[in-house]
Amino acid sequence: MQAVTREILINKAAELLGNGTVDRVFGWKKGEFSYDVTPALFTTREAMDADFVFGDFCGANFSKYLVAETRKEGKVLVFLKPCDTYSFNQLLTEHRFDREKVYVVGIPCSGMLDTVKIKAVAEGIASVEDNGDRVTVHSLFDGDVTVSRNDMLPDRCKNCKSKKHVAYDELIGEDGEVIDSGRFDEVEKLEKMTPDERFAFWQNELSRCIRCNACRDVCPACTCEKCVFDNPDSGVENKAAANSFEEKMFHIIRAFHVAGRCTDCGECSRVCPQHIPLHLLNRKFIKDINEFYGDYQAGAEVGSRAPLVNYTADDPEPAEAVERSHHDA
Amino acid sequence: MRKISLDRINDLFAAIAAEFRLYLPVDTNGGARYEEWAEGKILSDELNTVRSAKDFFFPQTENLMDFKTEGKKIEIVDTRSETEDFVIFGVKACDVRSFDVLDRVFLAEPQDSFYKNRREHSLILSMACAKPHETCFCTTFGIDPSAPMGDIVCYKTEDALYMDAKTEKGAALLKKIESITVEDNGEAAEKQKKVIRERLEKLPLHNLTADRFGGDKTAEFFKAPEWKELSASCLGCGTCTFVCPTCQCYDIKDFNTGHGIKRFRCWDSCMYSEFTKMSAGQPRLTQLERFRQRFMHKLVYFPANNDGMFACVGCGRCLSKCPIQMNIVKVMKTLGKGEEKNV
Repeated sequence: MQAVTREILINKAAELLGNGTVDRVFGWKKGEFSYDVTPALFTTREAMDADFVFGDFCGANFSKYLVAETRKEGKVLVFLKPCDTYSFNQLLTEHRFDREKVYVVGIPCSGMLDTVKIKAVAEGIASVEDNGDRVTVHSLFDGDVTVSRNDMLPDRCKNCKSKKHVAYDELIGEDGEVIDSGRFDEVEKLEKMTPDERFAFWQNELSRCIRCNACRDVCPACTCEKCVFDNPDSGVENKAAANSFEEKMFHIIRAFHVAGRCTDCGECSRVCPQHIPLHLLNRKFIKDINEFYGDYQAGAEVGSRAPLVNYTADDPEPAEAVERSHHDA
Repeated sequence: MRKISLDRINDLFAAIAAEFRLYLPVDTNGGARYEEWAEGKILSDELNTVRSAKDFFFPQTENLMDFKTEGKKIEIVDTRSETEDFVIFGVKACDVRSFDVLDRVFLAEPQDSFYKNRREHSLILSMACAKPHETCFCTTFGIDPSAPMGDIVCYKTEDALYMDAKTEKGAALLKKIESITVEDNGEAAEKQKKVIRERLEKLPLHNLTADRFGGDKTAEFFKAPEWKELSASCLGCGTCTFVCPTCQCYDIKDFNTGHGIKRFRCWDSCMYSEFTKMSAGQPRLTQLERFRQRFMHKLVYFPANNDGMFACVGCGRCLSKCPIQMNIVKVMKTLGKGEEKNV
């Protein structure tokens, strides 16, 4: 269950609209079912009373929307969960939006539920009720199913890296701490595989890719004005795989491109229609960076220089890095 | 109607696979998908596959022709080959209807010979939807999930599979597997139909209507102010178009192999920034226009050109898969309500 209610957020938003701090609110709009929540702008209390929601299915990371929002006139209120604030800082570090045009209210997060997992426990979802440790899924035809809330969390929330807000103008509720999570456990499992096993793992996962680009389009680290893969003049613009290696190329190149900038928000895996665990590719890079250059969390602070763009005399030589990665394998 | 008990369903698949390539939905860690049957493959219990069945007739990519160059000579190679007959098992009513939508596009003159070849060689074994989901709204488009179209209609109960031939091709297949099936009076299937129809009443989208839409509505909806808000948080990804059973837009490109050219066709998406880019540029400059195009095509332009047939079958895939949970139902409810929308 989330620690803050929609009423608290609506009241806060109405207050900030009323006193002229902001002129619009970026929030969550209710849909047809308990889980289909859409990011939306609100400008009046009436509109929020009618449609604003906050709950277990508000997982979307709003930070990237600020790139477009801050190009408009006026100031926007955005509610950010702890993990969203890392993307916020990273985007600021990359000068992707105007900080003056945003008012950030940090809100606590108890982990968002994974719709795919909810749908796996019951067929035909009438509604979902969060009772704290347990979640009850009311199904259309088969009655109620009650399950452990923890089991309904996506990997990114099960292995939440931080309950601490690293950016905000104002906080609702108590701030949390950075968590010593088990988020690299899955990566370690992959590292322990033989190269052939690992290749087979990714082959199996990535073969499902339909190249919808949702992972790229939702990624707060992917904010190029024109992606090279959308540019017909680039020579690599491609809507189709030329061969069976192509999809791997796309995802591996993307992982390289966001290495050192990826905050591990997990949006890529949330939106993948084929449930490809894309975040594991990024986590491998994060883990390697931590091991080669010392612990580094992208977005922890504004203006930090990522190890990959910052030379120090202590950096391992490339050959040494390769050697170490062989030990891992 | 023929019947086979579920504990012998493997024998049924083996018997069909002895004659034809047989495809059926199987579970993967990414949801159900169609795979070719082989010993050990188990029919998925999922309501539907993540990707639609359109892939069988309109694959995501295919080679159309090759050009081989040698000096100044160019040889054009026809890469088409006659498809063998194949069977798709377990297609749901929505996806079966999607084939009618696709036929309107690909079998209109000039006919698409690649598509036609595959359509003619297919045998569809459809399956009634015993337990529709909250995202289902096929009835909005006049589809009956308790009685899908297809060459053979199947009903799966807890212990048996019932098969009813609807075409000559279907009857011929049932004849071939006569020895492992028994005659059935159809009572069990009727009973399931009744249960399905009762369940449809309970679906949250049961009352959704497309009455406000149709081929004559361009002027009414094209400039509707609601498009702005509806499209505001669209990411511009292609998920909705690629999981959609009726989206049929494609691009044709040449791939330089170094010693020739492969001309291939691949799915394209009206959501993409370079979709239908011409020498003068992309005609739809912002996501609002791209977003509008998708829904206007399904609800207005397609019916305008196809005797009123809507290009949506209510399968609900876009409802499940859109990263921002924007979809055709929200569009229909927002635009369709007109003046009442804020009530």
